[in-house]
Amino acid sequence: MASSVISSSPFVCKSSKKDLGLSSFPKSSQISVNRCQKKSISRKIVSVMAPQRSSSTTGSVKTGMTMTEKILAKASEKSQVVPGDNIWVNVDVLMTHDVCGPGAFGIFKREFGEKAKVWDPEKIVVIPDHYIFTTDKRANRNVDIMREHCREQNIKYFYDITDLGDFRANPDYKGVCHVALAQEGHCRPGEVLLGTDSHTCTAGAFGQFATGIGNTDAGFVLGTGKILLKVPPTMRFILDGEMPSYLQAKDLILQIIGEISVAGATYKTMEFSGTTIESLTMEERMTLCNMVVEAGGKNGVIPPDATTFNYVENRTSVPFEPVYSDGNASFVADYRFDVSKLEPVVAKPHSPDNRALARECKDVKIDRVYIGSCTGGKTEDFVAAAKLFHASGKKVKVPTFLVPATQKVWMDVYALPVPGSGGKTCAQIFEEAGCDTPTSPSCGACLGGPADTYARLNEPQVCVSTTNRNFPGRMGHKEGQIYLASPYTAAASALTGHVTDPREFLQ
Amino acid sequence: MAASLQSANPTFSRTLASPSRSSFAPFRSPFVRFDTASASFNYKPLVSREASSAFVTRSAAEPQERKTFHGLCYVVGDNIDTDQIIPAEFLTLVPSNPEEYEKLGSYALIGLPAAYKERFVQPGETKTKYSIIIGGENFGCGSSREHAPVCLGAAGAKAVVAQSYARIFFRNSVATGEIYPLDSEVRVCDECKTGDVATVELREGDSILINHTTGKEYKLKPIGDAGPVIDAGGIFAYARKAGMIPSAAA
Repeated sequence: MASSVISSSPFVCKSSKKDLGLSSFPKSSQISVNRCQKKSISRKIVSVMAPQRSSSTTGSVKTGMTMTEKILAKASEKSQVVPGDNIWVNVDVLMTHDVCGPGAFGIFKREFGEKAKVWDPEKIVVIPDHYIFTTDKRANRNVDIMREHCREQNIKYFYDITDLGDFRANPDYKGVCHVALAQEGHCRPGEVLLGTDSHTCTAGAFGQFATGIGNTDAGFVLGTGKILLKVPPTMRFILDGEMPSYLQAKDLILQIIGEISVAGATYKTMEFSGTTIESLTMEERMTLCNMVVEAGGKNGVIPPDATTFNYVENRTSVPFEPVYSDGNASFVADYRFDVSKLEPVVAKPHSPDNRALARECKDVKIDRVYIGSCTGGKTEDFVAAAKLFHASGKKVKVPTFLVPATQKVWMDVYALPVPGSGGKTCAQIFEEAGCDTPTSPSCGACLGGPADTYARLNEPQVCVSTTNRNFPGRMGHKEGQIYLASPYTAAASALTGHVTDPREFLQ
Repeated sequence: MAASLQSANPTFSRTLASPSRSSFAPFRSPFVRFDTASASFNYKPLVSREASSAFVTRSAAEPQERKTFHGLCYVVGDNIDTDQIIPAEFLTLVPSNPEEYEKLGSYALIGLPAAYKERFVQPGETKTKYSIIIGGENFGCGSSREHAPVCLGAAGAKAVVAQSYARIFFRNSVATGEIYPLDSEVRVCDECKTGDVATVELREGDSILINHTTGKEYKLKPIGDAGPVIDAGGIFAYARKAGMIPSAAA
């Protein structure tokens, strides 16, 4: 029987239902082996047995569910769902922004009628964030279109901006949607959040089901509050071990994507657990879940805990119900990482799975550094960069662009003291290091955008960036080269003008 | 009732779904109404299209027979992401606006690197001369922008034949009815060249791609439940046709 559990793959043991309960390996055998630097066959991950079922003495045992299955079961008013089920799901929150909102509302009107009303004006969150600080007329018009729709539909949460000259004159304006959703209390454990943006999966960090959809599906949700989804199978990623001080969540997710490839989780859930995950802050967990879509994943999810509850309860009074994977839930694959043995990594051009150790790329000369976006422009990302700059006492050698994700992050950059710096703020340290002044919060140049977007890659330059994609043309220029990296690695690279392992400055 | 819902299957599994396992929860939406308990539910048959007649986008167009596509191939490689299909600077165009829909077509695949010598759409044109796009693995990865399948459809392409797709691109292709995303069993992007003359035949069971230039024929995987949705012109048109949502917008 044990042989059925052993996978032919060196990494993964696919578990099927009949394998369950046959725990022929003791737990102590599930130890991952060490790191390796090669891209091809890594020994960092070893195959793991099928998840163990809790022993039951009764005849009929209800099949266990993963936390994603439980959230979807509840949202579809069922007691049980299994991967592959097509179910109608009640949506708790639908988020849209200035790029896809006009199209989604356009489809809603076309299909449900000019006078139609949305299913629930309090469950729709509209966040202008993509193309804001631009003179592009169509981009400006799209924000105006959203304002009209929100007024007409009485949308409760519309984070508007009208004065483009000074974002601080717009108290409602937030900035990057995925960070704003969390900061404004719209991310809650156990709920279903959909958004017209592929990085909506970020909110899985809060133990909820969150995924990106297109305009047409969003138009349907606007009218009905429902969506037909297929229940995804869950891949489990168990990250154990103490996280070295020079590593960040970005290193972990780039490590994982490098392991499973940009299509390794297509149609699947990526569930993250283990002692390392438990030690991560909410912002770091968001970084991890943000990039599951870069592996093709449908959603990423992390079991909620005290860290989650503290964050959420400080931002919303809406009650929520956390759920957790059952001990006897089925996972299609288990991956284990010993985080204490990992090193800082980058994703080389032109794919997020083109992984290399940062120190292996030390000869790569760079033209600029970009710190920003939903995955790399949060408060802690800037604090990390500032810590490294402060520790080095040096100045940057290449232009270094800083784009806080939201207005709240911007204020933190200017107000929070950086630990160990004697009370200096990030902004002071950045100025001393010779960085560009932190700019107005938005998605910025992460996705290129209109030609006048701040820090857009308009030349075929080499950029180290804390963003999440590096496909050709992503930041503006088709021949530009983007190295994805953690804020530590980005800051270290800014100081040397080459891709640089942050240990050069942190140890 | 359950059977009709099962066939609706808008999550677009490429093979037929297993028999219904569940009853659907009654809807409380003003727009979508199924009530599994109620036998008196009145299925509306086909749709009156007055509400959408002003639109030219495909999802609002009359369903057409598009079971065989014949034309020139445009061949690309692996991991063609949404930034290469439609760069972010063009996302200011709103696909549900008919004029901007046309314009999106003119920018289809303009983000491909310079190594692609032939442009998919010639400068100054809004339509492509290539009706079949041939790709490798993970076509359409990256962003959830629906502009991606829309711009291909708006340019006049009928089908993509690739080894595999990113999830959101596949779903958006079906939901909009803009383009058929078909899976090849072999790596056709290595066997076809841009400009080859090809035919895609969608048939029950064994759909095929014929490359007339090389004389070779390739089996395609069945498109399954997604086919009828695209045939109908997208998820809304299909849902009306199937009686899942009322036919006329108020």
